Amino acid sequence: MQQRRVLDQVETNRILLNGQLNTPKWWLPTVLGLGVVVLIGFVIIGFMVNRGLGVTGLSRPVYWGLFITTFVFWVGISHAGIMISAILRLTQAEWRRPVTRAAELLTVFSLLTALIFPLIHAGRPWRIAYWILPYDFARGIFPNIRSPLIMDPVAIGTYLTGSTLFLYVALLPDLGNLRDRTRGWQKTLYTVLALGWRGNPRQWKLQTVGGILLSALMLPIFVSVHSIVSWDFAITPAVEGWHSTIFAPYFVIGAVHSGVSAVVTMMALMRWLWKWDDFIRPEHFDALARLLIVVATAWLGFTFLELVFAIYSLDAPEIALRELQIFSWPWNLMFGVFLMTGYIIPVGMWLFKSVRNNIALMFWTSLFVNIGMWLERFMIIVPGLSRRTPFVYTWDSYRPSLVEWSILVWSVAWVTFLMLLFSRFFPLVPLFEQKESQIFVDKIKIGRVNVPAILREQE
Amino acid sequence: MVTQAGFGNHKWAMAVDVDKCTGCQACVLACQVENNIPLNTQDRFERNRSISWIRVERYWEGEFPDIKARFIPIMCQHCENAPCEPVCPVFATYHNAEGMNVQVYNRCVGTRYCANGCPYIVRFFNYWEPVWPESLRNHLNPDVTIRSRGIMEKCSFCVHRVRRGVRKAASESRPLEDGEIQTACQEACPTSALNFGDINDPNSRVSQMKKDDRYYTLMPQLGTSPNVFYLAKVDEDREIALTGAESEGGDGH
Repeated sequence: MQQRRVLDQVETNRILLNGQLNTPKWWLPTVLGLGVVVLIGFVIIGFMVNRGLGVTGLSRPVYWGLFITTFVFWVGISHAGIMISAILRLTQAEWRRPVTRAAELLTVFSLLTALIFPLIHAGRPWRIAYWILPYDFARGIFPNIRSPLIMDPVAIGTYLTGSTLFLYVALLPDLGNLRDRTRGWQKTLYTVLALGWRGNPRQWKLQTVGGILLSALMLPIFVSVHSIVSWDFAITPAVEGWHSTIFAPYFVIGAVHSGVSAVVTMMALMRWLWKWDDFIRPEHFDALARLLIVVATAWLGFTFLELVFAIYSLDAPEIALRELQIFSWPWNLMFGVFLMTGYIIPVGMWLFKSVRNNIALMFWTSLFVNIGMWLERFMIIVPGLSRRTPFVYTWDSYRPSLVEWSILVWSVAWVTFLMLLFSRFFPLVPLFEQKESQIFVDKIKIGRVNVPAILREQE
Repeated sequence: MVTQAGFGNHKWAMAVDVDKCTGCQACVLACQVENNIPLNTQDRFERNRSISWIRVERYWEGEFPDIKARFIPIMCQHCENAPCEPVCPVFATYHNAEGMNVQVYNRCVGTRYCANGCPYIVRFFNYWEPVWPESLRNHLNPDVTIRSRGIMEKCSFCVHRVRRGVRKAASESRPLEDGEIQTACQEACPTSALNFGDINDPNSRVSQMKKDDRYYTLMPQLGTSPNVFYLAKVDEDREIALTGAESEGGDGH
């Protein structure tokens, strides 16, 4: 095991609460800068809603483009939370502790962002309330539950609710901690939010049980959310490359790949920005990279399986689509970049322990993965639509307009902005989890080797 | 698909005799005028956002000088098993009891999902608010809704003409006669390549045409079972048109 500083609880509090109690100097300018970008983004969205979708690069038959790509991308990122906090919690992987909250947070904010995209992508966003709420009782017309577009908000809404609850339950002990260390309006805020947390054994028990129950309840969501997103495409018989039977597991595993990579990116940033070297350690990056090698390879398997299906069926339109996707300009460039950034460069590098323990390299490789994963979604959605379909004279490729690109940039700025805003008021690393793990580690320091084993409640 | 049990007395269908089509585009123009379709200006056309509920596709066959132009009119196929219907979240498109695929403009929120579902690419999105020059404003057809921006539209089988015809026959207490209801494209077709009628009536023209050996439907492999069917081109020089169509439209007859 690596050498590490053993921190007592006072020191842990001091370092991990520095976002709230001693806000770093860079925080305000960064948040203000991002705020301006976000504001401009909202103005552009307003412009688009006001003028109509004519300002995008969409046409006939490329009816879906960058917005749907970005929607799928953010839903994919959101799988970070469920993977890290639910699955790793239930499998009792100790190394998850410092990242659980950040991952869960990323889930909540990326889902909030993802939900905006289908909304602004519709022709008449102001009538979208019709989608989710049963409407027109007088005429007896309810939303069409056969449509994946109805299942989407249901699945994402469930996920968002579960994740928010999960985040809040895990935040309670830290809110109590903050309440005791602040004054004035902040104290009032934390007092209200902490729901009278005193840290007595009964409250701890309820909090732990609540967390485990929520993890278990959210397990089905792990499978359902991105499966349903994949059905947006998979149930369309007319578009080659969309109606694939492997789409649900393919999308889920791809989502885990991009989500966990986003967590790695975020961990590196947290370590640098708040100087949490003692808490977010190279061994955490190492563990996540090992997990990612497995996930990414499974995902690559699906990618190739899709191509194999095309070759196996020798269905002419399908072969033509794959030819467009892989060999014709500009898709061949995108395909190359996607394969290199999505798999070959990062996974090739992660095979080496020196890379896995190098924070800067991990930051860049994990960023690469998400560039590749965004391209992957783009390559699934657009070539299928812009392929040369029979009986149509409008064969068109697709070039996203400036408005669409700026809304993509806005979405990244928006998520970062929300995260930073959150970091000002709430600790990004769960203090109590951190202390808990220190206690466990202390307790198992009996043998000659310091094994990262887990000592759970055994009363 | 949804309402198979509830079919009324009529089931509307269209027979397109490809052999008769000269590619004159009169149907395209008639449809444009009848259904208040916004003008396809040059910029809309170049951006591939033009709207034409019926279009005439042209194919070249052979090499110059032994070359032939082939035409086929394509409009909404009014599929019995339409891929556009189940994907609409708000039932803006659904199958009515008379075999028509109906688009309800008021319900449409513009997800464009139905357009992705359509293998014939006959659904159109209004990217902009429709505009007409002042001189054309009084030429608009009062029977047809003007579609605002942000919604889908497509061939309606001239549903306003169908409704009027059925109502007229009912008010005169007589059965509807075959050929009484004509769609705008059919009316404009100089060679009677387009034929609209009730396929539930065994004596109607479309029912007779359906029995023709040249019968085929577009993309039968997708199982959409369209209510628009085609009669293949007859070629004196080469008999490929017929045999080709038969092998393509395998499940016909």
